[in-house]
Amino acid sequence: MELIELDRVSRTFTVRSKAGRLRRRRHEVRAVDGLSFTVRAGECVGYIGPNGAGKSTTIKMLTGILVPSAGRLRVAGVDPARERVALARRIGVVFGQRTTLWWDLPLRDSYELARRLYRIEPARYAANLERCVELLQLGDLLDTPVRQLSLGQRMRGDLGAALLHDPQVLYLDEPTIGLDVLSKARVREFLREVNAAGTTVLLTTHDLTDIEQLCGRVMVIDHGRLVFDGDLAGLHAAGRSERTLVVDLARPGPPIEAPGARVVKVAGARQWLAFPAEQSAAPIVAAVADRYPLQDLSVREPVIEDVIARMYAGAVGG
Amino acid sequence: MAELRWAVTSWRLAAAMWMRAATAYRTSFVLLAAASLLVCSLDFVVLLLMFHHTDRLGGWRLPEIGLLYGTAGIAIGVADFLLGTVDGLGERIRTGALDTLLLRPAPALSMVCAERFTLRRLARPAQATAVLLWALHALDLHWSWDKVLLLAMMLVCGPVIFGALFVGLSSVQFFWGEARELQNSATYGGATLLQYPPDVFARDLLLGVTFGVPLAFVNWLPTLQILGRPDPLGLPVVCRFAAPLVAAAAAGAAGLAWRAGLRAYRSTGS
Repeated sequence: MELIELDRVSRTFTVRSKAGRLRRRRHEVRAVDGLSFTVRAGECVGYIGPNGAGKSTTIKMLTGILVPSAGRLRVAGVDPARERVALARRIGVVFGQRTTLWWDLPLRDSYELARRLYRIEPARYAANLERCVELLQLGDLLDTPVRQLSLGQRMRGDLGAALLHDPQVLYLDEPTIGLDVLSKARVREFLREVNAAGTTVLLTTHDLTDIEQLCGRVMVIDHGRLVFDGDLAGLHAAGRSERTLVVDLARPGPPIEAPGARVVKVAGARQWLAFPAEQSAAPIVAAVADRYPLQDLSVREPVIEDVIARMYAGAVGG
Repeated sequence: MAELRWAVTSWRLAAAMWMRAATAYRTSFVLLAAASLLVCSLDFVVLLLMFHHTDRLGGWRLPEIGLLYGTAGIAIGVADFLLGTVDGLGERIRTGALDTLLLRPAPALSMVCAERFTLRRLARPAQATAVLLWALHALDLHWSWDKVLLLAMMLVCGPVIFGALFVGLSSVQFFWGEARELQNSATYGGATLLQYPPDVFARDLLLGVTFGVPLAFVNWLPTLQILGRPDPLGLPVVCRFAAPLVAAAAAGAAGLAWRAGLRAYRSTGS
């Protein structure tokens, strides 16, 4: 079943800029430009792109906050802009950088408001609350005022709030932004569970690890257009993305020679080796450890912006 | 009808949350409440001082002006208490907070009006009620059913008219973010105007607040009838009973303005 359908959806903004002392020039910016895609019920889709690519505008149209300038849009069978209030009961939204929780009140109070605003039946509420408390480890946090929670705790609180009413779709805007490694892992684990239980998830992120661990499908948007739609391996292949092995040697030396990797930078005893993202790091690490006085090493994942930039370069070049 | 009920219920739920949030800062709440009561009370003291030097203002005695003061204060006070924070709309649009409110399954107007709801704003209607009770006692009126009706009408229609002004003029902020003062001058400025008898103002101003911004229907026109005074504009007597119609029309116009504004926001974004 198609849960989200976009058919040539566009969204333009009129921007006024100063031109001379009194005159203002108006020009149109296309934030989303003829976007078409569908998402089936139960999918987990990563929606990525550089800043200003149109991700937030798309999410705002999908929630009914913004009306599309052109095109047809359906979420769970309804037109979001026309039936915003009715749709709000069937979707959950989490903005990583803006909480919907009540700052000065215990987390429990925000949940209690959700129960009444979303008209959640008592039995279902109790069951969902229990599930969220267990999966998100909220037990000790329920009676703490939200302003006293850490960023990671608050994000877990926000996730719980977005799911109490059993939404069919969960939109997440940068759910792991600013979180430490442990909190990120917890959030991802929870999202996996939620998706496995049947909730459709659409998430925007700058962290490719989120995609790698959660999403079977990636959509890349740039300048308001869909430039890639497929799985992560396909994205890496299209973007010829590379991971980076950062090697710290015991002392400065000549560039390392390792099969399948090339040195891209040398700074004193530290060297950076690039290798294709889909290739395992293990043989390279073994080769380096075998032949060089190794002190420390780490692997860096490709950055979304680079992948997309290379994808363009590839498209232009070949 | 179910929609309207949900608008009120969702407002009540959000307002209760804000009220509870305010108790997190109990001392500050008590201090602010005391301060607003004090400021409100001093407001009437200005009138008392004025009457220390004269016993009539525009031909009106102090208890008569007390009747105007009390009804004007209740009208603006109740409207401000229930939905006064709608004037922060422009700021909410600027910071993106409005988008968060639009994610809730409730009318945007209910959510915006319930923002930062506080019992502290009861200070003004409370003080105005005290002045009104005193004025009614001091006036020693000959009560008849039409006077009772007019008084009840003022207490109901006054808040509705001011509420419509709050919402209708705040809607301008959807198009022009800095329009807050426009709404503030009509509501808070208008309420100050209504504390004084119409006789002290110029004819053009009276015409403006009768046929333009319909403030005269809040308390001036009904009070003229209660006190048996002539109308400085010489309007037909029926106007003195027209407040319910005016209030309904103003509320309808405000609702349309809000809808138009919200539609423009959602289709222009910002």
